[in-house]
Amino acid sequence: MVYYLKICLKKGWGYPLHKFDVNSVVMYMVAGVIILFVIAQSVFFLARAWRRAKEIGFDVAKLRRVVTSSALFTIAPAVSILLGVIALSKFLGLPLPWLRLSVVGALTYEMPAALSAAKAMGTSVTQTVIDPQAYSTIAWVMTLGIIPGLIIIPIWLKKIQGGVIKIVSKDKRWGEIIMSALFLGMISAFLGLVFANVHEGLIGWVPVFIMAVSVLLMLVLGTLCKKYKIAWLENYALPFSMLLSMAASIPVTNWVQLLGGAS
Amino acid sequence: MKHTPNQIPRSYLDKTHTYGRIWMVTALALLLLAPTFISVYYDAWPRLGEFAKGMLGVAPIFWVVAVIEVFTYAPMLGAGGSYLGFVTGNLTSLKVPCAINAMEAVKAKPGSEEGDVISTIAIAVSSIVTTVIIALGVFLLAQLTPILQSEALKPAFDNIVPSLFGALGVVLISKNWKVALAPVVVMTVLFILIPSLTSSVSVLVPVGVLIAIGAARILYKKGWL
Repeated sequence: MVYYLKICLKKGWGYPLHKFDVNSVVMYMVAGVIILFVIAQSVFFLARAWRRAKEIGFDVAKLRRVVTSSALFTIAPAVSILLGVIALSKFLGLPLPWLRLSVVGALTYEMPAALSAAKAMGTSVTQTVIDPQAYSTIAWVMTLGIIPGLIIIPIWLKKIQGGVIKIVSKDKRWGEIIMSALFLGMISAFLGLVFANVHEGLIGWVPVFIMAVSVLLMLVLGTLCKKYKIAWLENYALPFSMLLSMAASIPVTNWVQLLGGAS
Repeated sequence: MKHTPNQIPRSYLDKTHTYGRIWMVTALALLLLAPTFISVYYDAWPRLGEFAKGMLGVAPIFWVVAVIEVFTYAPMLGAGGSYLGFVTGNLTSLKVPCAINAMEAVKAKPGSEEGDVISTIAIAVSSIVTTVIIALGVFLLAQLTPILQSEALKPAFDNIVPSLFGALGVVLISKNWKVALAPVVVMTVLFILIPSLTSSVSVLVPVGVLIAIGAARILYKKGWL
């Protein structure tokens, strides 16, 4: 922290304000303010939903379990997002990727957006950007390339939700089926993705093995929940299965690589 | 206030939309402020030609994906979850599975008031935790980078998708395997035959959804569900 403050002081405040630096204090402040706003929005919605949940009869202990299991579930994907920030920081400095991946963006979007803008500017992505115009072009492309969601939601969400309520109340059974069809359709794309590298031989099957481990763990934990009536475990079965499968992928990958090397 | 389980009271829902719109429009303004600030502060506005070229590489795909995501995820996440999730981002790989997991665990149905509040709580917590982890990572970068980027841990981060969707998939598929069969088979065959589709998984989510809804409709009409 002290190291960063020193770097910030040296690079930001010690120079005239217009001197370009991808890691300037001012850029950290801009990113920080927007990120604080997003945390405030999350706290606001959390407090509102919490109050409402209690009003409609949810047990506080149950809600607490939702909070802890959601937090636990988030750790691994959040660290993977952090890895995306680190990857982009070599090219764009820290504040811009920090902002982009904390608000609206996604790993699958930010990287191609930055690359597309860099290509248009003829800028190399292997070195830190030193041209402010290239930096501003990249920032604009990354921001505007994913903006539609933020415009559509305030305009159409009420209508979409109205439609959902209409479907559910018109035919309850069909409403439930269409909801699970939405989930299953989304999940099917990612389950298919797991098989994308099987043409590479045994190493390409590793994600499939890990998926099998994850399925198995979930089934075991689910059985434990039911058999021994461990209600709290229901909330944690998914994050536990996910984290344990990720851990299992380390020895599995090593074994497969050893087998590949031996053959 | 009395209400049936599957109907969200108008007052709560209406207020969610009002607050949600205010927060979202403010977020939009703030997000646009960042590149505006960069351009003004460094006196470096993008040149139209280069900007347009950069946008051409992004907008045709990601604008379509963004529009489709609204229609795919909003019904799952509910009003509160959507207003929050679409601002905080990372929907597909984090917020949506997190909300589904929370709703499944407390047996709250999406589209109901219970589903709406639980999804909102899950997404809010997930957003706060993500933001804190990224912020910690940014400020402790020098100390954390060697650990996070170590070769030993690489397989774990490479396998987040199978670890997450394996566990989530088995729960949802076991409840409705008849509906799941068609999209899962089609998607698996598609990815095996065309591995280059990996980069287009966001586009294939709505395709999977359409196949699932089509299959569900046929099965429902035939009375097999």
